[in-house]
Amino acid sequence: MNSQEKRMRQQVLQDRIFRGTTRFFAFFVLALLAGILISLLIGAWPAIQQFGLGFIVGTEWNPVTGQFGGWNSIRGTLLSSFIALLIGVPVSFGIAIFLTELSPVWLRRPLGIAIELLAGVPSIIYGMWGLFVFAPWFADNVQPWLTEHTAGVPILGGLFDGPPMGIGMLTAGLILSVMVIPYVSSVMRDVFEVVPAMLKESAYGLGGTTWEVVWRVVLPYTRSGVMGGVMLGLGRALGETMAITFVIGNAQQPIHSLFDPSTSISATLANEFTEATTALHTGSLIYLGLLLFFITFVVLTLSKLMLLRMQRAEGN
Amino acid sequence: MTYGRKVLVSLGLTAGLFTAQAMAADITGAGSTFIYPLAAKWAEAYKAKTGVGLNYQSIGSGGGIKQIQAKTVDFGASDKPLKQEELDKSGLVQFPVAMGGVVPVANLVGVKGGELKLTGTVLADIFLGKIKKWNDPAIAKLNPAAKLPDAAITVVHRADGSGTTFIFTNYLSKVSTDWKAKVGEDATVQWPNGVGGKGNEGVAQYVQRIKGAIGYVEYAYAKQNKMNYIDMQNKAGAFVAPTEESFKAAAAGADWKSAPGFYVILTDQAGKTAWPITGATFALLQKKQDKPEQGKEVLKFFDWGYANGDKTASDLDYVPMPNDVKDVIRASWKQITDNSNAPVWK
Amino acid sequence: MLSIYARRRFVNFISLSLSVAAMLFGLFWLAWILYTLFKNGFGSLNLVLFTQTTPAPGSAGGLSNAILGSLMMSLVGTLVGTPIGILAGTYLAEFGDRGWLAPVTRFINDILLSAPSIVIGLFMYEVYVVHTGHFSGWAGALALAILVIPVVVRTTESMLRLVPHSMREAAYALGAPQWKMTLQVTLRAAKAGVVTGVILAVARIVGETAPLLFTSLNNQFYSNMNQPMANLPVVIFQFAMSPYEDWHNLAWAGSLLIGLFVLVMNILARTLIKPQQQH
Repeated sequence: MNSQEKRMRQQVLQDRIFRGTTRFFAFFVLALLAGILISLLIGAWPAIQQFGLGFIVGTEWNPVTGQFGGWNSIRGTLLSSFIALLIGVPVSFGIAIFLTELSPVWLRRPLGIAIELLAGVPSIIYGMWGLFVFAPWFADNVQPWLTEHTAGVPILGGLFDGPPMGIGMLTAGLILSVMVIPYVSSVMRDVFEVVPAMLKESAYGLGGTTWEVVWRVVLPYTRSGVMGGVMLGLGRALGETMAITFVIGNAQQPIHSLFDPSTSISATLANEFTEATTALHTGSLIYLGLLLFFITFVVLTLSKLMLLRMQRAEGN
Repeated sequence: MTYGRKVLVSLGLTAGLFTAQAMAADITGAGSTFIYPLAAKWAEAYKAKTGVGLNYQSIGSGGGIKQIQAKTVDFGASDKPLKQEELDKSGLVQFPVAMGGVVPVANLVGVKGGELKLTGTVLADIFLGKIKKWNDPAIAKLNPAAKLPDAAITVVHRADGSGTTFIFTNYLSKVSTDWKAKVGEDATVQWPNGVGGKGNEGVAQYVQRIKGAIGYVEYAYAKQNKMNYIDMQNKAGAFVAPTEESFKAAAAGADWKSAPGFYVILTDQAGKTAWPITGATFALLQKKQDKPEQGKEVLKFFDWGYANGDKTASDLDYVPMPNDVKDVIRASWKQITDNSNAPVWK
Repeated sequence: MLSIYARRRFVNFISLSLSVAAMLFGLFWLAWILYTLFKNGFGSLNLVLFTQTTPAPGSAGGLSNAILGSLMMSLVGTLVGTPIGILAGTYLAEFGDRGWLAPVTRFINDILLSAPSIVIGLFMYEVYVVHTGHFSGWAGALALAILVIPVVVRTTESMLRLVPHSMREAAYALGAPQWKMTLQVTLRAAKAGVVTGVILAVARIVGETAPLLFTSLNNQFYSNMNQPMANLPVVIFQFAMSPYEDWHNLAWAGSLLIGLFVLVMNILARTLIKPQQQH
């Protein structure tokens, strides 16, 4: 009797310890995020004090005079990610339609895996391929063509102006677009697959074509899931470092066309962080990192919220 | 049981890896990419001879200064010398390792190395973005014989803090008032235009890859990679090619012995055959060594380099320090002490 | 009437053709990248890669120090990150239905999963490199560990949730305490899934460059974990961004090694999880 009670008590204690331990590590994950935020804030403090929020729109990045503004880098991050979505999202949408509606069943899995492999390729390989193979090809074959065929066209002509050197904002955006495809398309495919068969069948029954079913039934039903996927892709694109550093051109200067070399937050960090000499320079770089973290945090939160909404709608 | 054993085995494996790694105290250095080809060669030879490795990371001179100030390395290297006040403020000691030239290089179809000549002001105007095409009259006037294409010029500069940039912009500031007013001289400046490469390596890489590009690199990079260098007009008005001789001619004017902290700038020297964009790389050490043994290893390495490394330096077209200057440098090491003020170098 | 029908069919044809084109577009990039990787990498693969250290420009050499450094840091990163991830994931799956901690952690974990890895590098620089005063393999390994954690948390949780409740109840009925039940029944049942998570995490970190730039830095020779440490991604970055032909070849060879490793890890992960367990 007594020993049994003792064992019971022992077990309760063990359970409590076990639970406490797992709880501690769950808490640890939270603390990690807080720790990252706090350490970046502390590191960026000299620059925050000096430049305040004006740092975000400041275009001067001059280590000689100690004047730092992040806009060149921030603009590069936003613009390259925007180009990536502009190309990556329609392509991902097409891939998701193909995988859910068109592909023979036996091909779905291998093709799905192939597209997902694009996400598995380390970004340093994208970078090397971009610099050694894609950029020269792009400079020789695509850029002159673009310049020639858009010359004189308002807006477009200005976008594709300048010497074709293969290195610059557009190249970075294009490579990023390939990198976001696996993320966006796999979320789209997953949410397309949960559309109740009954809904689709009734639309087909009414005589709808495949495209009409996708555009009028599947897409409206999965709208928030699709947006969640797009946001996830955006979050990935914003934080990408190596692929961009190789090809964006690392130049702190205003850009006039998409062919111009520019820089992004991640590229500026990769290039300058180990060699920034003054506390203000280092602080400004960490400030950039903090802003990058903040932007991706917001984007990824939105993505997560939309995907949750999708899941909830599905549950009802 | 099996789990436990697996864990033990893998722990043992890990421990094995770590102990296999523990070896003679290597020295670490970081900074100048200007000197990297030489440092890497010296390090290889020194390791083969003594077993002591030098891990030198070419992260740029700006990085070298930062890392030695933060004591994350045993020595830093910079092509931008620090002034005596700056040295005192950070508690650092500085001495020159070797001299060399910074060379403008171009990637132009149909134009070979040495076929192109430029003056300092034209070079400055190109980097300012005022001259945008290779067949610009200002360039054509200097090169009547060359077939200059109607191609855009892409400027390639450094993206990181760099002593090479310091030497280059110091030169441009001396020869172009416009450059001095708009950009100035430092290890990193606000470039009016162009593409940024990381390190001398990155600049050379981009110049090779971008048609119509012009950049500036330490001579060893141009030579090792057979890049098309550009002849420059010097202070005496003569056009000179970058060679060990023209670097030597520029170095001849240096007065190392009376310069406090060896602060000497070698750009735009007067000699008739002098290469105008010449400079030196400096090693930076903490004056007070927390780990005197480590400091001694660093000095032993440089002592070895001065004694045995001149040929390697010449092969790469660096200019070795003159022998009498080496003695002055060795004497200056007396000021590097441990915490009880005893010199680590005897 | 016919024209409307014809137009609908036409729109359908065009959009579905575009869908096929999108699929081919995606596959085209993959094929191009892999082709480049194999073409340039295989030519430079040889035994010297594994026996000699990274060379000075113009000298002969291999990648052995970088390979070893990558292995050590990935190993330590995985050893540190995995238990933390499994325990946190266990909490989310087994105790996570009540209270605020689990949903918030789940949310934050998903964000950490996609957080920019360069920021993780900055963080480790601030908390480790600045305080110890030097770059080191440990700092690199810990930065990698932070990348391992969210992957493992997520797979652990979802794999534990797949374990049928009847198994837990059966264990309870036998009088097993919860910790024993979790460790010996649930986690064991989900073992393949959890291992898959770890494999995927390893596949992710071996190719990561950004978090190592400011933490482990690089090294021309072998080093111990307390010193700056060579690793494949940073060496590839340095060598690719240089003008030297032989360095480029080494960088391609290194890229191929990483690429093959990641490929093998991915195949391994997929064979461990049966198709019906995947979504």
